[in-house]
Amino acid sequence: MNYYNNNPALKFQLSHPLMQKIVTLKEQNFADKDKYDYASRDFEDAIDNYERVLEIIGEICGDIIAPNAESVDHEGPRVENNRVIYARGTQENHEALAQAGLYGMALPRQYGGLNFSMIPYVMGGEMVSRADAGFANIWGLQDCAETIAEFADDDIKAEFLPRVCQGQTCSMDLTEPDAGSDLQAVMLKATYNEKDGIWYLNGVKRFITNGDAQIKLVLARSEEGTSDGRGLSYFVADNKHDHTVKVRRIENKLGIKGSPTCELVFTNTPAKLVGARRMGLIKYVMSLMNGARLGVGAQSVGVSQAAYDEAIAYARERQQFGKAIIEFPAVAEMVSVIKAKLDATRALLYETTRFVDIYKAYEAIEATRKLTPEEKADYKDFQKLADAFTPVLKMFSSEYANQNAYDCIQVHGGSGFMKDYACERIYRDARILTIYEGTSQLQTVAAIRHVLTGSYLKQIHYYETLPINPEFDSIRKRLATMTNLLEHSVTRVNEAKSQEYIDFHARRLVEMAGHIIMSYLLIIDATRDKEDLFRKSAFIYSKYAEVEVRKHATFIKSFDVESVDVYKVQ
Amino acid sequence: MSFKIVVLAKQVPDTRNVGKDAMKADGTVNRAALPAIYNPEDLNALEQALRLKAKIEGASVHVLTMGPARAAEIIRESMYRGADGGFLLSGREFAGSDTLATSYALACAIRKIGPVDIILCGRQAIDGDTAQVGPQVAEKLGLPQITYAEEIVDIQGKNITVKRRLDRGVEVVKASLPIVVTVNGTAAACRPRHAKLTLKYKRAATPSELQEAGADYTDLYDSHPYLKINEWGVSDIDHDINWLGLSGSPTKVKQIESVVFTAKESKRLTAADGEIEELIKDLIANHTIG
Repeated sequence: MNYYNNNPALKFQLSHPLMQKIVTLKEQNFADKDKYDYASRDFEDAIDNYERVLEIIGEICGDIIAPNAESVDHEGPRVENNRVIYARGTQENHEALAQAGLYGMALPRQYGGLNFSMIPYVMGGEMVSRADAGFANIWGLQDCAETIAEFADDDIKAEFLPRVCQGQTCSMDLTEPDAGSDLQAVMLKATYNEKDGIWYLNGVKRFITNGDAQIKLVLARSEEGTSDGRGLSYFVADNKHDHTVKVRRIENKLGIKGSPTCELVFTNTPAKLVGARRMGLIKYVMSLMNGARLGVGAQSVGVSQAAYDEAIAYARERQQFGKAIIEFPAVAEMVSVIKAKLDATRALLYETTRFVDIYKAYEAIEATRKLTPEEKADYKDFQKLADAFTPVLKMFSSEYANQNAYDCIQVHGGSGFMKDYACERIYRDARILTIYEGTSQLQTVAAIRHVLTGSYLKQIHYYETLPINPEFDSIRKRLATMTNLLEHSVTRVNEAKSQEYIDFHARRLVEMAGHIIMSYLLIIDATRDKEDLFRKSAFIYSKYAEVEVRKHATFIKSFDVESVDVYKVQ
Repeated sequence: MSFKIVVLAKQVPDTRNVGKDAMKADGTVNRAALPAIYNPEDLNALEQALRLKAKIEGASVHVLTMGPARAAEIIRESMYRGADGGFLLSGREFAGSDTLATSYALACAIRKIGPVDIILCGRQAIDGDTAQVGPQVAEKLGLPQITYAEEIVDIQGKNITVKRRLDRGVEVVKASLPIVVTVNGTAAACRPRHAKLTLKYKRAATPSELQEAGADYTDLYDSHPYLKINEWGVSDIDHDINWLGLSGSPTKVKQIESVVFTAKESKRLTAADGEIEELIKDLIANHTIG
C-alpha cells in the first residue's frame, strides 16, 4: 500500500495556487539546476520531484512502517549500558528512510539535503504518523537541523547538517524535572573552559524524546547567576562524547511507546554554542518550537487519518442485524464527522505550512541579499500569518485527533476495547498530542492576541472575497453570521477591560476563529477540487462549526466579569 | 579494478493480486488488466548485486531486460535503487519467446556486454514460474551456476561463497567466478528507491522513448549521457535468427485448463510460534489470506 498514492487529498494540496510562489522562492529561481544532478529545473519539475519523493515515503510508510507499528508498540525501546536500543521495527523503519535518502528533505543541497519546501516535508510527517505516530517523532526530529541551518555558524552547519542528511538522529533537549512548560527555569549548566576553548555541559534533562540521539540540541544556562530565560543559550552535543551522557532511564508511557523518552545525565559533556549567547530560549527555542508545533499538527492529522481508516474499514465489514453497521445512521454520522474533522484540520495544516514556507524562504533569501521593501512587507505578512495559524493548528488538530481516536473505538464497539485492533493503539498514541510541544492551553495563550488584534478576522475577511462554487452560498452566508458572532464576542471581551476575563474566554474565542477559518478553507478547497473530495466534509464541518460557534457566543454573551470568580479553585 | 555485475530482470504482470479479469477466455494472462511490475525475485537479485557493489571497489551493476519498450521502466527502477545503468533488449523478433529462446537472446546480449564477473537473476518470474531462464543462460555461456541463493556470503579473488535456501535447510557452497547466481525470494528484500537517485535518473530513457516523448529537455541528454538507456534490437547482437522468438521456442501450449482445488490439503503443525508464523507467511504469500 502506498500512503501517498492512496490519498488524493495530498496531491490536491500540492496543486494549490500558492505553490508556484513557494517553489520559486525556495529554489531562488532554480539557481541549483546545473550544480546538482537532482535539483529541479523549473516549477513543474519541482512539483514532479516532490511527488516522486512522496511516493517513496508513501511506499515505505505503507510497506514497512505501518506493518511494524504493532510490534514496535509491544516491544518498545530499552536501555542497555546507559544507551537506548530501539525496538527492532523502529530500527528497520529508520534504516529504510535513511537508506532512501529521506532525512534532511528541507535542508539546502550544499549540505546534502533535497532543498524541498515545507509542504512535501510536512506531508511526509503526516504519512509517517498515519503509519506509526510514535515513529513520527524520530522522523520529525530532523527539525533540529532546521535550527542549526538557521542559527549556527558555518563550521557547525558543515559539521552536523550532512550527518543529518545521512540519517543520524536528533533530539531537542529542553525539559528538566523542574522546567516543563516553564523553560525559563532550566538549570543544566554550561561552562566555558578558556583553556580548551570549549563549553562543557553538566546537569539533568528529563522527558527527552529520542534522548540518545546522535546529535543533541541542548538548552543550558550559560550565564552564571541568572535565573530567567535571558541566561540560557543553545548548544549542540555530538554522540562521539556519548560516554559523558548517560541515559538513566526511559519512561513507561501510555502511548507512542516506540519513541524513547529519556532521562539524561550530562557530565562534562563537550558542546558547541549554537548562534549567540543568551538567545537560546528567547529566539532559537521559540523558533524551534514553532516548527515542532507544525510537526505535531502533521502528526495529529496523520493520527486522524489512521483513525478514519480503521473506523471506516470496520464499519463496512462488521455485520449486525443483517447489515454492515455503516448503514446505521448513528454509525455513519460518527464516521462522517471523523472525516470532516480530518479534512478540516488537514486543510488548516497545509494552509499554515504554506505561510511558514513563504516566510522561511524569504528568511533564507534575506541571508544572501537585502530584500526589496515589497518583499520585506510580504515576508512580515506571511510570518504574522504563520505565527497566528500555528497555535490554532496545533490545538485543533491534536484535539480532533483525540476525538477521532475516541470515536474510532466507539465504532468498533466492544472489539475496540480489546487489544486486537489497531484503534486502541491509535487512541493511546493520540493522547500526547494535546500535551507536548505546548499544551492546548498554552496554544490558546499564543493565539489569543491574534484574536484580539484582529489577525484572524483579517484573514477571514480575505477568505470571504475568494470565489466559491454557488452550491456553497448558503454555507458562506452562515459563515458570515458566525463571523459576526465572533466579532461581537471579541468586542464584549475587550470591553470588559479585564485580563482575567480575557484569559477566561480565550479558548472559546480562539476556537470560534478556528471553526470559521477551517469552514472557509473547506469550501474554498471544495470549490477548487474537481474530484469531489471535500464537498461532504465542507457541509458536515460547517454544520458542526456553526453549533460550536453559537455555543461559545451564547456562553460569552451571558457571562459577566464577576462570574469568573465562581470558577476559581483554591 | 573493475568488477562487472549484470542483473537479469523481467517486467511481469502482477499476478499476486489477480481480479476476475486476470485471465482471458482462452486461458492466457490478460496483461492489460494487470499492472506491470518488477519481478519480485529479480528485486532480491538486484539487492544482492547492490550489496556487492558496495563491498567491491570499482564494481558496477547493470540491468539487462528483454521486453517491449515500456520494460525500460525496469532499468529506471533499478537505477533509482543504485544500479549504474542497463540494457533493454527489444524488438518484435523476440516476441513469443519461451525460456529457451529467452535465455538464448539474453546470453547473446551478455556476450555483447563483454566479460562479466557475476550474473544475478531472480529464481523465477511470477508470470511463468519456470525457474529455467537463469540456469539456461549459465549453460549457454558455459558458466557455473548456483541456484536458490539466499545470500552471497563472501567473494575472495575469483571465489564466491553462497548460502542456498533449500526445502529442508540451508547449504553453503563455493564456486569460482564468473558465475550465474539465481536468487531466492527469501533473500533480503530490495532497498527502497533512493530520493536523490530517483530525481537524478527520472528522465533516463531509451532512444525510442525519447522519440515518442517529443522535444522536452532534449539538450539535457547531450549534457547528461547517463540519462541515455541502452536499447538493443536484434541487429545489435550476434545471433542466429532461428533461435529467437517463436521460431526458437519449442514450447507449445497445447491446452489450458482452469484448475479448481478439490482435495483437502493438510499440514500438521506443532504449537510452536515459529511454525504458526511460517504458516501465516505462507498463507499471505499465496493469497489465501490478507
